[in-house]
Amino acid sequence: MSMLWILLLAAIPLVILAMFSGALLGFAEVRFKVEGNPIADQLNDILPQTQCGQCGYPGCRPYAEAIAAGEKINKCPPGGESTIAAIADLLGVEPEPLDAEHGVEDDVPLVAFIREEECIGCTKCIQACPVDAIVGAAKQMHTVISDECTGCDLCVEPCPVDCIDMIPVETTINDWFWQAPSNNLELIATDRQTVTGEPS
Amino acid sequence: MNLTLHRFHGGIHPAQNKEQSTHQPIKSIPLPSQLILPVRQHSGTPAKPIVSVGDSVLKGQVIAEAVGHRSVPIHAPSSGVVSAIEDRTTSHPSGLPELCIIIDTDGLEQWCEHPNLFNKTDCQSLSDLPNEEILEHIQNSGIAGLGGAGFPTALKLYKTKHHTHTLIINGAECEPYITADDMLMRERADHVIQGAQILLHLSEAKRCLIAVEDNKPEAIRALHESLQVLKVNPAIQIVSIPTVYPSGGEKQLIKILTGEEVPTDGIPADIGVICQNVGTAAAVYRAVYFGEPLISRITTATGDAIKQPGNYEVLIGTPLPHFLEHTGYIAQQPERIIAGGSLMGFTLPELNVPLIKTSNCILAPTTSELPLNDLAMECIRCGQCVSACPQGLLPHQLYWFSKAQDHEKAEQHNIFDCIECGACSFVCPSHIPLVQYYRHTKGEIRTERLAQQKSEIARQRYENRNERLARIEAERAAAREARAKAKAEADALRAKQEAEAAATASPDSQIEDLERKILAQQDRVTKAQKSHQAAQEANLDTADILFKAVEKQQTKLQQLEQELIALRNNVTQEN
Amino acid sequence: MSEFLLILVSTVLVNNFVLVQFLGLCPFMGVSSKLETAIGMSAATTFVLTLASVCSYLVYTYILLPFDLAYLKTISFIMVIAVVVGFTELALRKTSPVLYRVLGIFLPLITVNCAVLGVALLNINRNHSFAESVFYGFGAAAGFSLVMIAFAALRERVALVDVPKPFQGSAIAMLSAGLMALAFMGFTGLVSI
Repeated sequence: MSMLWILLLAAIPLVILAMFSGALLGFAEVRFKVEGNPIADQLNDILPQTQCGQCGYPGCRPYAEAIAAGEKINKCPPGGESTIAAIADLLGVEPEPLDAEHGVEDDVPLVAFIREEECIGCTKCIQACPVDAIVGAAKQMHTVISDECTGCDLCVEPCPVDCIDMIPVETTINDWFWQAPSNNLELIATDRQTVTGEPS
Repeated sequence: MNLTLHRFHGGIHPAQNKEQSTHQPIKSIPLPSQLILPVRQHSGTPAKPIVSVGDSVLKGQVIAEAVGHRSVPIHAPSSGVVSAIEDRTTSHPSGLPELCIIIDTDGLEQWCEHPNLFNKTDCQSLSDLPNEEILEHIQNSGIAGLGGAGFPTALKLYKTKHHTHTLIINGAECEPYITADDMLMRERADHVIQGAQILLHLSEAKRCLIAVEDNKPEAIRALHESLQVLKVNPAIQIVSIPTVYPSGGEKQLIKILTGEEVPTDGIPADIGVICQNVGTAAAVYRAVYFGEPLISRITTATGDAIKQPGNYEVLIGTPLPHFLEHTGYIAQQPERIIAGGSLMGFTLPELNVPLIKTSNCILAPTTSELPLNDLAMECIRCGQCVSACPQGLLPHQLYWFSKAQDHEKAEQHNIFDCIECGACSFVCPSHIPLVQYYRHTKGEIRTERLAQQKSEIARQRYENRNERLARIEAERAAAREARAKAKAEADALRAKQEAEAAATASPDSQIEDLERKILAQQDRVTKAQKSHQAAQEANLDTADILFKAVEKQQTKLQQLEQELIALRNNVTQEN
Repeated sequence: MSEFLLILVSTVLVNNFVLVQFLGLCPFMGVSSKLETAIGMSAATTFVLTLASVCSYLVYTYILLPFDLAYLKTISFIMVIAVVVGFTELALRKTSPVLYRVLGIFLPLITVNCAVLGVALLNINRNHSFAESVFYGFGAAAGFSLVMIAFAALRERVALVDVPKPFQGSAIAMLSAGLMALAFMGFTGLVSI
């Protein structure tokens, strides 16, 4: 009897405490409700906006929302390693190497170019371009505005006469900058130059 | 009046190496057979050629006009024929080609009409003219900053947000090896003073300080003498500043002379100061008083590989091989020609480049004079670079962040405030090429920013496109709905009209209707009978069925006839 | 007044909870690789520690003691701490979703941070009054924050340099923490409490 009484006496304050704590937490849950998904917006800002679909999603925003829901972060080839690193930084996860199944990162940025002699004016490429970077109309000449082209190459497939090429963007004197100095410690002894400039 | 001089943080004292090129007066070199003029020799938008291949040009004639407001025109430095307008390698570290106008000189050195400002405007003095006209004349003379950056001079002098209180004429020339400004001040001090006078008038500043490092006593003396003789504006004074590198840097010089610092992301005009090089001042004087556009400059040729080191007045566009030939250059192995001084200069990618408006020095060292960079060792965090940095940055931290490609941290540590003077690399005991890291990182950050802007625009375009498609879809759906609605309404209306017509039909028309129906029915009866007869004659089983059909039709006929009779009776009764 | 100062100096320096008493090492090692997360974690832990210290003192004095249930202090303190951490989590998710995301699993792990429970129990052992408990909790949190932020800054610098391969990662971090602990031993005898 007294054992039971002791147990009850121990349990009751704990139960009251627990109920009170539960009430407090419930109140806090309601008071601090969070709407929306701000993480998806921040992720979308990091992605390169080429809207190419190589990640498997129809555009960059759907992929951003998928990542916020738990999708892997290494599916964007146009973004490349730097984007993966930035996403990993934001989410506090480990960066992973780019998933080659979705494509490889281009060394040089590419833009589309239409060979105008062959264009038949069918507007299929205009409909395919996700950023409206192709100017033209039915039975009129089509041409790519290279400044707006993101290099997603969604226009190449639909063209019935296959007149669209992806050409690399050349570095001009305006966007050239110095290369990083190499760490000469990585050179083997016979490749290092001596003071006089000759290989030792 | 005595000016209190201040000090800036850090600074170094490298070996001067200036005596080699100051033993002789400024000389000129023979006219080259070809002049190569890049359309961009200034900071800003490249000029646009206005001559074509085959045109004859006179000395001082405009061959490329300025484009936009941050641009200066280019003039032909000698008379001749334009032989080509094409891409050539220029005096730029990248080695990438730029558009150049190539003139084959005819040796006649024929000047075009070049009236000075007073003859052109028929005035006596500067005060008679509005500032805009003087600035226009300076702009049309193609004058850009000759100190090295090449900023369009007229643009710098245009009215700024804040009033200018100090005009600084920069004769410091702190970098080792370069002596072009020194010789200019020694031999043409009056050009400099007169030019300063013009600039003072244009900037409406309260005072003009011509700053010269104290390692140039002859130049200071010459300037003082000239000042006394010319009796110019008393607000102009010569200031001798202590020799330390980089006291000739704009921001450092302003700190020394005024004690104020130019804010980050700001320009000297923000604190009421304008800084111009002595060479620029002399060029302004020639333009205003002699109508001469900027077609030549003084360039130092120095280094142990040059047998006749000194300062030379060269025409802009002189090919470097021609210049080297006439200064006694001995080819070295490996070939290394530096454009600029030993601290801020860069190695030219190839020898076949032209000298331009900003080429202040050609340094051709032997490898024993300036050894190729040693192996860089580890950073030991000694902090020497921090003591040396004139901008008060943390070079070793910037180095770590650059190596780790941590652009955010590098920007937070003010990497864009770095003036790339090279003081940190100079003092580093581990021989780390610090400035190279910063240049690379700055370039990367700028490229990232551009890519960010581009992707922002792409995102905007994508969203606009989606909106447009959604809008078109919505319009189509609305049109479809409207059409369907209209059709439904039309159908309803027609049905209603028919019903009304049927209800309000007059008895006569009803009789007519019935008579027509009876005739039709009679036809049917006849047909049925015929087929019945045919079946009977052929003794077919279907004869019975056909008989029943005949009966059915006949019944219907009788019904209609009865209806007609009843209707006729009604009509007769009503009548 | 001076005894509160003594408590602060003691908990922050002399008997630092992380480097001298070796409590709360899990978040110390786990969150200190970046300075921003370390600062966020310190703020969260300070909030939790001070509040938990106060709440556990109140629960002990006004609920457990009057009913002669002192032996239930461990479990009830754990419950109090869990509630406070839950509250902190919700508040953080609302005010700073990025920090919430970045701290990740370490935020609810404050519940089982032995430093928090340690502070609560030590308050009882030393028979602190209410004011002393507050200062003790706050001082413990201040000491925790101090070493965590210093250690994070140190780790960021170590991450940039050329560490030999066998030592890269957590190995060099442990070594640095050990050296820091050695340094803090120098405070022994500064005050005795």
